[in-house]
Amino acid sequence: METQAKKTEFLNYTVNFGPQHPAAHGVLRLLLELDGEVVERADPHIGFLHRGTEKLLEHKTYLQGVPYFDRLDYMSMMSEEHSWVLAVEKLMGIQAPERAQYIRVIFAELTRMLNHLLFLGAHGLDVGAMTMFIYCFRERERIMDMYEAVCGARVHAAYFRPGGVARDLPDGLAEKIQSFIEDFPSKIDEYETLLTNNRIWKQRLVDIGVVSAAEALDMGYVGPMLRGSGIAWDLRKAEPYDAYDRIDFDIPIGKNGDSYDRYLVRVEELRQSNRIIAQCLQQMPKGPVKIENFKTSSPYRQEMKEGMESLIHHFKLFSEGFEAPPGEVYVATESPKGEFGVYIISHGGNKPYRVKIRAAGYNHLQSLKSILKGHMLADVTTIVGTIDIVFGEIDR
Amino acid sequence: MTPETLDTLEAAVAERLPDLPRERIGDALIVRVTPENLIAAMTVLRDDPALNFQQMIDLAGVHYPERDKPLEAVYQLLSVYKNHRLRVKCAIAEGEALPSITPLWSCADWYEREAYDLLGILFSGHPDLRRILNEYDFDGHPLRKDFPVTGRIEVRYDETLGRIVREPISLERGNREPYRHTL
Repeated sequence: METQAKKTEFLNYTVNFGPQHPAAHGVLRLLLELDGEVVERADPHIGFLHRGTEKLLEHKTYLQGVPYFDRLDYMSMMSEEHSWVLAVEKLMGIQAPERAQYIRVIFAELTRMLNHLLFLGAHGLDVGAMTMFIYCFRERERIMDMYEAVCGARVHAAYFRPGGVARDLPDGLAEKIQSFIEDFPSKIDEYETLLTNNRIWKQRLVDIGVVSAAEALDMGYVGPMLRGSGIAWDLRKAEPYDAYDRIDFDIPIGKNGDSYDRYLVRVEELRQSNRIIAQCLQQMPKGPVKIENFKTSSPYRQEMKEGMESLIHHFKLFSEGFEAPPGEVYVATESPKGEFGVYIISHGGNKPYRVKIRAAGYNHLQSLKSILKGHMLADVTTIVGTIDIVFGEIDR
Repeated sequence: MTPETLDTLEAAVAERLPDLPRERIGDALIVRVTPENLIAAMTVLRDDPALNFQQMIDLAGVHYPERDKPLEAVYQLLSVYKNHRLRVKCAIAEGEALPSITPLWSCADWYEREAYDLLGILFSGHPDLRRILNEYDFDGHPLRKDFPVTGRIEVRYDETLGRIVREPISLERGNREPYRHTL
């Protein structure tokens, strides 16, 4: 009897972290079993943002599918579109013209900046560095203005299209991007003076959420999470798509696989993105920005005013879409969070038979089960912050 | 993948796993397995130094209602050291179960739960096979081709009853056609 009384004294305590919690980065519900302040067991519950994107895509033409991808990872919009349009292009056996490839790379990298700036800001906020949030959003605002200039929307762009991009850069945007990237490295220095050697920041991040390289591979880590564990794997180098094979950049990797390393990796990626954009602006040729086969890309507005054929093309493309040959493709791109893959099975016709979206954050989030174990409750927010999750892509 | 890596990979797979039917679609190599030899094949794929697939990148379930074995699991494997990819397919009949590969790759856990949730593919030996994306008391498997895109029930809060009510869906403009594709 006495031993039983003792046992009840040490019963673990279960805490429901989220789904409404400011540090849960969206709609994460985390069941935490606590022994005092130490996490004994963590069980993430997802699905609060499930919209059935994969099912919906089966009922949409390939072109209508594009906007759905903005809404997956709504912090790195154009990167998701990138995977989709590349997959459709591969299925159709077409390739975007060179200028479009450079424009896509520029915007994919601007998107990476957007995402990593949000990571820095939100992660800083979680850990207690309020100023970071305001600093990062200052730069995000400028990038969103570029989004707006190029496609009219600040977030949900729908700018990448199978066979190119929707339209060319408007006048003056290239100069605007140029002046931004000249300015941006000094801003990154500013972030680093606030954080990199900050004693509190280091106390909160160093040796928290350590993941070894073998564990990272087993848990299916990709992107900065995998690189933070010391594996130099980047799809932009390994399977170069669009213009990445003509561009010189480095892959930063971490050494200890802790949250601090992942922070450093992402900050360095900001600098590398800056480098990539600078090279793109230099190398970018003039020319068309979409395939001039108007069965798969929209005809020019000017020609539609006079030409019957262009008008028919326009009507057919936006109502019926284009037919893809039967087959299946899996295309993955290096989105800011890691490998974002699209697997399309086509049985012919204008709609895919099955689409599977491979979201980068899915594996990162499920690994919380093992990496949270043994950490203090206060470190949960650090680890949730370091894996940089967005529920749009996880719940799909 | 470049044609050379694809050829090397195909040669390596042919040598290590000679019994499995292989197929190439575009620049992808596809291997077909059965539920009986799935675990053995996956273990070879993961541990053999020439194949070295340390990562299970994705698991997609597909429903082909007209086939004898209507459900298919498609595994995407990746080797970050060799830089090659492989697609492994395994078809099963209704009610049949696939062996779970969670002992080989721990990340398979949620992918198998997802395939169960969305398509009703069963996995034997899975530590915790419950729904993941849909609610726990959801009825049906939405990615099956006979499931309407608008769903079957609607949920609303009833003021007078003071609770949530579920009723069959009623839409003015119902898009309830089961999936049909033009061939």
